[in-house]
Amino acid sequence: MNPRIPTLAQSTWLVAEREITTRLRSKAFLISTGILFAIILASILISGFTADTTSKTAIAATPEVMSQIQGDAFDITEVATTEEATQLVLDGEVNAAVVSDTASDNPLGLKILADTEAPAEVQQALSISPPVEILTPNPNDPFLLYIISLAFGVVFLISASTFGGVISQSVVEEKQTRIVEILMSAIPVRAMLAGKVIGNSILAFLQIAVIAALSVIGLTATGQTALLDAIGLPIAWFVIFFTIGFVLLAAMFAASASMVARMEDIGSVTTPVTMLVMIPYFLVVFFNDNPVVLTIMSYVPFSAPVGMPVRLFVGGVQWWEPLVSLAILVLSTLVVIALGSRIYQGSLLRTSGRVKLAEALTAGKA
Amino acid sequence: MLTLSNISRSFGDRQALTDVSFTIDDGRMTGFVGGNGAGKTTTMRIILGVLAADSGTITRNANPLSSNDRRSFGYMPEERGLYPKMKIEEQLTYLARLHGFSKPAAGKNARALLEELGLGERLNDTVESLSLGNQQRAQIAAALVHQPEVLILDEPFSGLDPMAVDVVLQVLKDRAATGVPVLFSSHQLDVVERLCDDLVIISGGTVRAAGPRDQLREEHSTNRYELDHTGDAGWLREQPGVTVVEFDGGYALFDVDSDATAQAVLHRAMESNTVRSFTPKRPTLAQIFREVVAA
Repeated sequence: MNPRIPTLAQSTWLVAEREITTRLRSKAFLISTGILFAIILASILISGFTADTTSKTAIAATPEVMSQIQGDAFDITEVATTEEATQLVLDGEVNAAVVSDTASDNPLGLKILADTEAPAEVQQALSISPPVEILTPNPNDPFLLYIISLAFGVVFLISASTFGGVISQSVVEEKQTRIVEILMSAIPVRAMLAGKVIGNSILAFLQIAVIAALSVIGLTATGQTALLDAIGLPIAWFVIFFTIGFVLLAAMFAASASMVARMEDIGSVTTPVTMLVMIPYFLVVFFNDNPVVLTIMSYVPFSAPVGMPVRLFVGGVQWWEPLVSLAILVLSTLVVIALGSRIYQGSLLRTSGRVKLAEALTAGKA
Repeated sequence: MLTLSNISRSFGDRQALTDVSFTIDDGRMTGFVGGNGAGKTTTMRIILGVLAADSGTITRNANPLSSNDRRSFGYMPEERGLYPKMKIEEQLTYLARLHGFSKPAAGKNARALLEELGLGERLNDTVESLSLGNQQRAQIAAALVHQPEVLILDEPFSGLDPMAVDVVLQVLKDRAATGVPVLFSSHQLDVVERLCDDLVIISGGTVRAAGPRDQLREEHSTNRYELDHTGDAGWLREQPGVTVVEFDGGYALFDVDSDATAQAVLHRAMESNTVRSFTPKRPTLAQIFREVVAA
């Protein structure tokens, strides 16, 4: 009975399936992923609760000045006399007290009593400041922008380097244990590389999708709907860009890892790729308020997964821009896969020492 | 039948194989013998298509070998390897599926084969937890699990204890008996001598001798005979055309100048004594190998 010879797609899928099941059975992988998810969910929930619980400053006030403290900015305790107010401040019952002051050198007619230091918030509420007209309004809170940029940067860095490491190890494991030759005699080298890249990309995609879902659920649960409206679209694009961008990185990790034969040497060949993963992270953390850098980042294939979502969050992105950037990313991914598979093919059987890049490219031509 | 014709391959400046040609017949065990760096592994890798030849052709039953044909081959590489942390049954099932078996059929093959190789109790053990000898058996199972139509085995017996050699040998002979051509290399010339039907001797990247084992022995036999009879063998020294190499009582090892001389010796020995044995002394494979490689 002759088995049916599997097609390239079937072989690829078999390899991908093994990659996925092996990973899902690895305790180390499951635990580290669980921790990552927990950290993300926790940070969203914590940010939600702290936003809610900013309590009002408690002050005491005498009847004469009540009319001058408007609004509900403070938690006001009305007291009859200045002495009573002073006592409350000294007891720590209130943060400060506002009392009438009839001294002739005080045109305001009231003063603030505070225990050890001047309460800026109360001072500000009672001060008169000239109106300000901002000519170029910045719609985003810079701190929020920083946090969002950091979040995209960190998630990209962690996921890409985790799975980059996983795919490198998986390539070298096959070389180091020499099973590679048996595999090469069974299926085309292209299927081996494609299966690895696809298997790990699916896992990376799932991880990112879960992170995105956790973010949305967390933001909804803590009632941060305004923020959710602002970052919903950027998150969706991030998932798309990350998935394709990861295929690109995975091919690079696999190809460079194939040039060495021992686990200990992985670092020496994958460092340039790891740098490519870290650069977008640093750029987005330091330059998230620099539109020129962000625009360039959003088109360069390696940084687009971070750059484009952050720009979308900032706003002012034309509808076609993500599409063009995505096209650039897809094209460069195809080129890198072609080159990567040549390096991979040229390096696999060289099980001693390190293969030079030029040699791998020449040997892989066939 | 698998035929290699004029296969050449170089690595950079080094010519690894030059015009290598030989045939592996269906149902026969072909031994592939050569020193380190002679080109055995390169030849096998080229047969498997893991490595490309610079020139030359390989045909299977007179048709050029396609990559699909190759997927029905079973291969045991010289450098052993399986996934160390994967259970052996699962691993073999995976390999059979890569060759196109359905999941249930692959699993059935894997279990039957591991049973046959004496690993039936270790199905759920990881490869790294097996002893070296058992890892070697698992490795052979990996080459056989997809019921290959051609078997190419690089040093299949190295690292096996004598019992395991017999188990593996039986498994291979069973496969050959179903018509599968088997090519195996080995450094252990005595093992090859015992097992192979045909022989290919390679040295320095060229085939020095190829053909049925017995024919090669015939070709390389010197006119040396061994006689054991009652009485004293001293008379052989006076026999014309005979050079005695060694003698001890009724036993003698001697060279003759022609077949007729050998017959004359036998006749004379039988006239006055009882002949216990009279044997043309065939060269051992090790002797042929040294002779062929030195030439």
